Amino acid sequence: MKNTLKRVIASILIFCTATLCMHGTSFAGIVSTDEVQTSQNASANIDKLNIFLARDDVQRGLLSQGVDPDAARARVAALTDVEAAELAGRVDKAPAGGSALGVIFTIFLVLLITDILGWTKVFPFTRSIK
Amino acid sequence: MLLACAKLGRYPTPVLTGVLMSGLSDYLSDELLKALRWLGVATAALWLSGCATPTLQLAALQAQWPAYLPSQAQISNVPFIAQEDYQCGPAALAMAAQHAGVQRDMATWVEQVYVPARQGALQSEMLAASRRNGLPAYTLAPRIDALLREVAAGNPVLVLQNLGLAWSPVWHYAVVIGFDQTQGTVTLHSGRTASMPMPLTTFDRTWARAERWAMVALAPQRLPATAQADAYVASVVALERVQPAAAQTAYATALRTWPAHRIALMGAGNSAYALGQLVAAQQAYRAAAQAYPQDGDAWNNLAQVLLDTGQHRAALEAAQRAVAAGGKRAVQYQNLLQEIVSKTPTSQ
Repeated sequence: MKNTLKRVIASILIFCTATLCMHGTSFAGIVSTDEVQTSQNASANIDKLNIFLARDDVQRGLLSQGVDPDAARARVAALTDVEAAELAGRVDKAPAGGSALGVIFTIFLVLLITDILGWTKVFPFTRSIK
Repeated sequence: MLLACAKLGRYPTPVLTGVLMSGLSDYLSDELLKALRWLGVATAALWLSGCATPTLQLAALQAQWPAYLPSQAQISNVPFIAQEDYQCGPAALAMAAQHAGVQRDMATWVEQVYVPARQGALQSEMLAASRRNGLPAYTLAPRIDALLREVAAGNPVLVLQNLGLAWSPVWHYAVVIGFDQTQGTVTLHSGRTASMPMPLTTFDRTWARAERWAMVALAPQRLPATAQADAYVASVVALERVQPAAAQTAYATALRTWPAHRIALMGAGNSAYALGQLVAAQQAYRAAAQAYPQDGDAWNNLAQVLLDTGQHRAALEAAQRAVAAGGKRAVQYQNLLQEIVSKTPTSQ
């Protein structure tokens, strides 16, 4: 509980410093295309904080799943706000193409049969009846 | 047993199957044998009821093959890159990108999308990696006709499949490079197999189990065949975050087809501005402001670029239009107006 609180406070502080820094590097008077696109959004400031927390969450998710810290930072930066918000809290659960399958015997049989029926295509050596 | 996009090549499937099959009854409990018998009956029943039936979507397509689709298509020049264990995501991206003219070594793709502990790649990261390498990533509508239309137009389509079942998923990325209506097949660069034919019904089932997720990663000069204005421009806005130069080209591509798209006009201006091309930026903002005179953002950005290029009087006028338009960024417009006023020489 205490730790969660600490983390939230730390995140907010990092967020504030980060946005202060960003202010210097962005083009002061220009409205960005991102902003133009999401103009409907009324509570922009709250959203910014949420998005920051979402990005932080995704980055920690990637780190905990074995991605190198520098790579994780760059990868999170390349996500759009919407993508980051959707992925937050799901890095360990979202479909990951390439994931391994520990097939136990029954499942192996089921998949073998469904492969043959043309429902699935798990095994390279099956040919469907259709 | 790790398969498909998972660990490939070195698993001893036939050996394992043989071992399991021989003396099976000695090692299995009665309950399991009963379950297997039940499974056999159920399967036979399904078999008899004609199970490899197409999904509703596919059935509709096959019942009436759309006039805009040829009966077969094959994109011949998509390079094949065999995947390493678990790395179908990086391999699929590398193939699509190379076809679009972007060559990176596998290590780069792996570093940008692979998640080691998940032994796979996430969909949003496939989109993001495509953008990081200068290619707008466009997600297709989840329809088989949209996918085939892209292939017919010569655009390889990157798909996510669930090769297993909903409760036992085997997520896999592959690249669709062709189809044949009479054969009833699609052709895939998949795993370690180049140009693999797969029955359309099987493909569509495995694809539907991944919610028919598909993307194209085309050169920014090339509009996807099924591109919708707002969705395509949104994909370019995402590209602008990381690759403003590629985004500038893609905005121009969008504007060729949708010349008055507000966000594309603003994006064309902003990407030019980010690249220091102030004349081009001014032209784009001017076009946006003329097409949408009530759009404060367009007037505001026009005012900024006019100020930057020392055109104080015109900047002042544009900033006043922005303030008059108002809206949620009225304060920002007001600040720019004040800045312009303070910088304008009194003689002007």
